[in-house]
This record gives sequence, C-alpha cells and structure tokens, in this order.
Amino acid sequence: MPLLENGQVVEDPWTMVGPDDPLPPTGAVPGDAVPGDAVIVPLSRLEEGLARPPGGKLGVALAPDDEIAVLRTALPRLALVAVTFPTFRDGRAFSQCRALREHLDFPGEIRVTGRPLPDQYEFLLRCGASTVLLPEGDDPATWARAHARFTTAYQPAVRDERAEGFGLRRLLGRLPA
Amino acid sequence: MSAEAETLADAAPALPVGHYAYDQVDRAFLHDRVEQFRDQVARRISGALSEDEFKPLRLMNGLYLQLHAYMLRIAIPYGMLDSRQMRELAHIARTYDRDYGHFTTRQNLQFNWIRLEDTPDILARLASVDMHAIQTSGNCIRNVTCDQFAGAAADELVDPRVHAEILRQWSTLHPEFSFLPRKFKIAVSGSPHDRVAARFHDIGLVAKPGHGGKVVFDVFVGGGMGRTPLVGVHLRDNLPEEDLLAYLEAMVRVYNEYGRRDNIYKARIKILVQALGAEGYRARVDAEFAAMDRARYRLPPETVAAIRARFGTPDLAAPAGAAESLAAARAADRAFDRWARTNTHPHRHPGYVSAVISLKPDGGIPGDATAAQMDRIADLADRFSFGEIRITHMQNIVLGHVRQDQLHALWQDLRAVGLATANIGLIGDIIACPGLDYCSLANARSIPIAQKLSARFASPELQETIGDLQIKISGCINACGHHHAGHIGILGVDKKGEEFFQLTLGGSAGNDAAVGQILGPALPEDATVDAIARLVDAYLVHRNTGERFLDTYRRLGAALFKDAVYAVA
Repeated sequence: MPLLENGQVVEDPWTMVGPDDPLPPTGAVPGDAVPGDAVIVPLSRLEEGLARPPGGKLGVALAPDDEIAVLRTALPRLALVAVTFPTFRDGRAFSQCRALREHLDFPGEIRVTGRPLPDQYEFLLRCGASTVLLPEGDDPATWARAHARFTTAYQPAVRDERAEGFGLRRLLGRLPA
Repeated sequence: MSAEAETLADAAPALPVGHYAYDQVDRAFLHDRVEQFRDQVARRISGALSEDEFKPLRLMNGLYLQLHAYMLRIAIPYGMLDSRQMRELAHIARTYDRDYGHFTTRQNLQFNWIRLEDTPDILARLASVDMHAIQTSGNCIRNVTCDQFAGAAADELVDPRVHAEILRQWSTLHPEFSFLPRKFKIAVSGSPHDRVAARFHDIGLVAKPGHGGKVVFDVFVGGGMGRTPLVGVHLRDNLPEEDLLAYLEAMVRVYNEYGRRDNIYKARIKILVQALGAEGYRARVDAEFAAMDRARYRLPPETVAAIRARFGTPDLAAPAGAAESLAAARAADRAFDRWARTNTHPHRHPGYVSAVISLKPDGGIPGDATAAQMDRIADLADRFSFGEIRITHMQNIVLGHVRQDQLHALWQDLRAVGLATANIGLIGDIIACPGLDYCSLANARSIPIAQKLSARFASPELQETIGDLQIKISGCINACGHHHAGHIGILGVDKKGEEFFQLTLGGSAGNDAAVGQILGPALPEDATVDAIARLVDAYLVHRNTGERFLDTYRRLGAALFKDAVYAVA
C-alpha cells in the first residue's frame, strides 16, 4: 500500500509487526535499505520493543482508545507513532495526533493507518500527522487533489500556519514536495 | 476628511448590517468548498465513492436523503441574513424547489425537493451571496445559534453575534472536530434572559461583562432533547474571552476522545457528562485545558475587534416624536395595536423597535415561506430595517431595527401579503418539526396537528386572553420540534401503524429550563386537539391573575390537567 507524505508517494522504510509476529532482531529486517531496522510494534509489545539492543528505530501503533499519556516515558525513544481509523467516521485519531504534538511535544513521524478518506487529508496534517498509509485501492491522485484543495483555513492548528488577513484565518502553507 | 477621501469612503460599499462581511479570502474559501463538493458528487455518480462513504460528506454540506427527495439545509449563521441573500434563497426556491422553503429551529433554511445533480450549482449560487450549507448536518459542530434580537435588544449586555461569528469560523472544517461521535450544537446568548435555549445545547454560552468590562462567559454543557432530554450542567462561570477557543477546544476534545461511539443514541456529549458526572467531566476538561498549548488557541482582543469591525452598524437616527407617532397609530388602529403588542421587542435605542414577522399564519405550516414571501420580506427589510433579516429558533423572522414611526407602514405591508399574524409568544406560535410528511425518521405527522391547533385558536382575542403559552410538536423522539421544552409538548408516537400523540407539560427552554413531564397515555390524532382545548380551559379557570400557563401548572401540578384531558364522559 502506498505511503503518502505531503501529497506525494514515498518509500516506506518501516515494518509493521503484528501482535503475534516474531520481533526481528536489530539490523535483521530483510530488504531494509538503510542500516539498522525500523519496526512498528503494537502498544501491547512496547516493552519488548524497547528492550531490543540499540541501533534500530522503533515505532508504536496505537488503537483509537489508547491514552496518549501512556507513551510519556517511552516517547523520547520512539521515532514513529501510528494512529488508526477503524472507519473514517471515528475521529479519535485526530485528537491523538494533537495530544502527541501539543502535550508531549513529539517531534517524530505520526503515521495514519486504517481507513481514512482523502477528504480528511488536510485535517490529518493540521492535527499533526506526517504520513498516511493509503487504504487498499485508494488512488494517490485523489489524495493529492484533496491536499491541494484548500488554500486557507479558519482556525489555529498544530502546523505553523501563517495568519491570513485578520481574524482566525490561516494560510495553508505547502511544504516542499 | 479631504474631498478625495470622502469620495473613496462614499464609493466603498457599506458593510452589511447584521452579519459579518466576507472579503476575498472568505469567498475563495467558499469557492474551494463548492469545488470540493462538486468533485465529491462526481465521485459518487461515477461510483468512486460508495453511498456509505458519500453520506458523511454530503451531510457535511447539509444534504440529506429524505422520504421523497434530497433535502438541502442551508446555513444561516446565528440566524442573520441580508436582503440580497434572502432574494437568492427565493430564487433557489423557485428554480430548484417547489417555490417555498422552511425555516428551522436551528435558524437555518431547508429546501425539501432538491436533486443531487443540482446541489453543486445551488451551492455555487449560495456562495455568490456569501452563503453555504457547511456543517448544517453531520457529526460536527453545527451552525452556531444566537439571540434573534442580538445587537438590538434593550436587555442585552454583550452583542453575541461577534462571538457567534468567531465560533462559526473556528468550527468551520475544524480539523479535529469534523468526525465527532455525534452532532454538536452551540448557542450563544448575550442577554440575562435566555432566548437561545442555552441550557438545551451541547454547549450553551452566556456572555456578560466581567471585571473592567471585559467579556466573560458562563458555560453550560450537556443539555439536549431527543431520547434523553436533559437540562445542561453549569460547568463554569466567568470564562475570559481570551480563553474562549482554548476552553472550547478542551471541552470538545474530551468529548471526541471519550464520547461513546458504539451506540448513536448514547453518543451525545450529554451522555458523557452524565457518565462522568459534572465533576468528572470538568476535571478532564481542566486537565486538557492545563496541558494544551494555550498561546496557540488564545483569542486576543485585537482578533475580536477585527471581526467586530466586519459587522456593519445601522445608523439609528430617529426623528423626535417617533414614539409618540407610534402611540398615536396604535391608539387609532386596534388590530395594529394588538400586533405591535405581541410582535415587537424593546430596542436598546430610543425611537426603534424590533419587529417579529410570524411564519405561523392561522392554519398554516410553521416556518414555511414561499419564494414570493421571501422576496417581499427582503423588500421590507430594505425599506424598514437596513436590509437586515433575522431567523428565530421559534421559526419566525425578525426585522431588527424598525423606526417606531414607520412600524404602522411596515405592518400594513405585511398584512397585504398575509404576514401580519399577531401571535408571537402565544398559543398560535407553534414550533413543529416536518414530521412524517417529509422526514424519514418520524412516526407521526406534526404539521396537520400544528395546523389544526393553529386554526382552533385562531382568534387573536382568545390567544391574548390565554397569554404566554408555548406549544411544541415533534413527530418522533428525536425531538426536533423541541416538545420537551414546550409548556405543552406534543410527541407523535406510532401504535401499530396508527399515529398517536403523547402530551408533556411544564417544559421550558428559558432561564427556568425544564423538561416537560408526560401527562398520561397517548391520544389518537382526532382527540388530541380537543384534549388540548380542555387543558387550556382548565388553565383559564384555575389561573391566578396574570399567571402564565407554565406557572399555573407548576403551582397546581398535573392532576388537574390530567383530569381535564382524560376524564371525559
């Protein structure tokens, strides 16, 4: 499934590890382009992930009802947090993104998984998400269009958007591709 | 001012009175939104979007699929319109609908007979007059409502339109709060007399001057009607204006994170507030408020001032003797005198008054207006009220600033087009949802009951004798007709395929907000109107001098009224 960053398809160096998959040893992810591995573990296996020898990058995948605060101590050692939309209707991941950026000042990658809609792309970015793993069958072009749709927004968000004119308005600055 | 500057000032178009004036940035935003929806409709028609995926997208543009056709709900932010916008609504009614529209309890307008293919064009037409249908539906923050007499009422402490506009902007395509567990409704009052039903909203805000005259807000949360009618919890007092957005972000964020999503009937914030308790909810909001980046969400006074500056202000000059002129006209014309007594509201400025146009003609459908009536109201607004029009949550229309010496002329013109019914606040001023005639959720028809009651109590003398009495009718337990808050509430229920009506008494949406109590077994349709007539008779017999129906009910209890309704030989 394509990974989208700033409206563009990018290569995905990360490996998702399921709840029952064996955890690969550091530096042992096959086909990894960069030295050292990058694995995303479910929250239930966070301790296990953190206990691996140093050298690889670690990410954690949250469920919508997981509390962000549980990551407080581990967060400095994480390079990625994945949030998920079980359906596009379930907007809890928006608040999780915001909490990661605002409460815990997480500087790393926030990856969106599950089944978001392209029409939610701008919202995701403005709440602090960085990448989206596109749902099966989605056309990246539709997402790219959604990304470029709006030039302004009406409220403060996590991104450092410039004020536009007066009032609450913000200019949606596009990061270079 | 130099001659050149004076010419420039003259050339600059005046800002519309009543609502915030759009500029090119606002218009570009609306254009983007229309094009987004055009693309969504095209994706739906091509099959790229399933109906399941399209549904929330169309709902966020106010497009419902109802019993017979698509229904389009158009946003009228905080109920404020101008004549140009009203004429465009009339045009849409004529061109794309069946020549009429329906004003709703959310201060919006609904068209009932819309084709999906036409909606992008209708939205483009709306955008051409700075209007839209954004967030009139869906699980997001809905159209913010406010006092229909805002900026005009004699009892007002703070003009709530500016904050309602700030909340409109803040909530428009809010990135975090566009996929909430359920719909979310906010009302703002700037008067100590609650005319916005603040305690029946997800969030109700009551603005008032605090220390040094700075605006502060009393905050209510978790009120609402529907299946679980609840009066909102008083969350806090004296919220500083600068923290308004930050605090609301915290309130809604807690709801987004913890509101139930497993059962749509338990997904409203009122259920969360009940589950956590007021203290529990408040503690979570306070924790969120403390943890968030407050500087980012601060609402500085300069921003408020900049938005306030986008509201046109009426030139409230009235000739000396305007009040005397009105008094003379009232003395000379009894019908006008009655209308002036029931259908006006005191204005903050001498020589002015706010006039209410009843959309509840005797035997009519509450809230409906034809295209011709909309055009006529637009003309009258231009002539008598700076082109400004307000929609009330009681489904009526207000001209906010009418010179007292011109009120008689306004009334004569209204009478000529059948819009001078003198029943505001009286038994004929009925709220009714569209019911089974239009709505796919309804169990019973609300409109015929409303029409029969309105015809039954058509006599203006009788209505004035009865006095302040609010009847509110819902066709199902979702309570769009606010029956829980009616002094007399009527709820349509389905009993084995037949329409029955359950009566509730004692509800109120004001400062004394209360949920009405069920009186007894539901009645068949043909018995309901008679039962209400007996109930009103019982009140007239037992009331103390000057006592409202609601107060008589509260003093005497249900038994007397129960007897009147059910003890029929």
